[in-house]
Formats: sequence, C-alpha cells, structure tokens
Amino acid sequence: MTGLQIHLSIYDDEKQLLIGLQRGDNDACTCFVKQFAPLVYTQAMRMVNDPDEAESILQTTFIKACAKIGEFEGRSGLSTWLYRIATNEALMFLRRQQTPRVSIEKVDETVQPGDMPHNLNAWPIDPAHQVLDGEIRAQLELALVELPENLRLVFILREIQELSTEETAITLGLSISAVKVRLHRARLRLRELLADYFNSEGDAQ
Amino acid sequence: MIKFDPQNTAECLDILSQMNQYVDGELAAEICHDLEQHLSECQDCQVVFDTLAKTVKLYRSLHDTPLEMPTGVEERLLKRLNLN
Repeated sequence: MTGLQIHLSIYDDEKQLLIGLQRGDNDACTCFVKQFAPLVYTQAMRMVNDPDEAESILQTTFIKACAKIGEFEGRSGLSTWLYRIATNEALMFLRRQQTPRVSIEKVDETVQPGDMPHNLNAWPIDPAHQVLDGEIRAQLELALVELPENLRLVFILREIQELSTEETAITLGLSISAVKVRLHRARLRLRELLADYFNSEGDAQ
Repeated sequence: MIKFDPQNTAECLDILSQMNQYVDGELAAEICHDLEQHLSECQDCQVVFDTLAKTVKLYRSLHDTPLEMPTGVEERLLKRLNLN
C-alpha cells in the first residue's frame, strides 16, 4: 500500500494531476475526484439546496470535465474551472424549476423594508476570531438556504466562490447594479439571521 | 415596517446604504471620514457595521471548507466515471 500512496501523491501537484488527466490515467482521474468532488458537491448543494440534484450536478460536472480536459488550458486553477461548470449546471437546473417563471429582473433592485436591521445587539462572541466549529458552520449553511434564491445565488458567487461583481453579473445575466444591491441585501439578511443565533447563544452561556 | 429606528433615521439609512462599499474598502476616502464619524457617535450603526463585517468574514472562510458528502456519493461518482 505504501508504494501506491507514494505513486499517487504526485497528483497532489496540480500540474502533474493535469498531465495525468490529459493522458487519461485512471489514477489521476480518481485523485481528481477525491480532491475536488467535495468542493463541487458543496457548491451545487448551496446553490440548489437539494441533495439528489446536487449529486446529479456533481456527476454531470465531472463527466463534462473529463470529456473536455484536453481543452483545459490551465489559465485558471482546476477548482475554478470545475466551479464554473458546476455553477452553469446548477443554474440550468434552477431555470428548469421556475415554472411559471418569474422574471429574475422584475425583483425590486433596491433594499427592501424586510432587509432592514432589526436585531441591534452586539454579538457577545466574535466568531471571526474563533476556529470555525461545526455548529457555527452549520448555522452559516442554514442561514444561507433561508435566503431567497435571487439573493442567495449572488451571495454564493461573490462571497464564497469569490467571483468579481462583473463575473457574477455575466454568469447570472444581471446588471452590475443589480448584483451590488442583491449582495447588500443578502449580507443584511444573513447578518440578521446570524445575529439572532449569536445573541441566543450568548444568552445561553 | 422599517424597524431600523435609531435616533437619526435619515442619516442612519444613508450610512446603511454605504456600508456595503465600506466593508469592501470601496468607499471614497472623504465619504469614509463622514461614515466613521457617524459610527463613532451612533451605537446602533456601529453594531450593524461590526456584525455585518463579521458576517462577511465568516462566509468568506467557507470558500475552502466543503460540506461532508453523504455516504455513497463519491462511490457512485467513481462508478459513473468507470473508475472503480
């Protein structure tokens, strides 16, 4: 087993992994899956909030990635490339779900009364200075799926996937100003959801 | 039903609309000065700013922290790719 592990560890290096993938080496493909599948699954799950569909998106993403690996030029990292494929698959799924379709651009592109801060208590703990424990992470994920889809998608692409405002606008077919307003609204809503959680946690301690 | 109702609502709403850019460091320097002045005098806005910045920081840390995949997902993926 030791020999095999040493052999496969060369694929920890992304350049070597890409060479292996483009050569059609099965070990490289297995390493590719083991290294990136959790990230792709997570991206899909956050976007569609449906485990079965997230798995379907994961499979389609890797099937497409493996089929097109010869065209991958390495201008971005492999994870960025995979995220892009997964994002497009997730968006296609969400578009199919929207029947009758409410035009995504008809949503008011201004901060709404429901976005306003209600909870004005300081947080008793500073989670940003703590190791992100499982419970806080679970709360972050829970709050995220409570966001309306139009706000959630912008937030995921901008804050978690770290796309620029312009890239997010192109990906979602929105104007730059719509992306900015939605990001602001999403942040305010998430702050509110987390404020309720952290304040109740502080009371409990 | 706007509940954000600190002492000086109009100014606070103005500050709130600029807070996103401030969190991202994209606000012009002269506006930053006015905003910081307001934050130093308005407890409610200070709390909103502080907790908004923490919210953003927390979520950015999720970038490289995947969820745990349910049992069988990886195995089925490898099978779909004819890798097992």
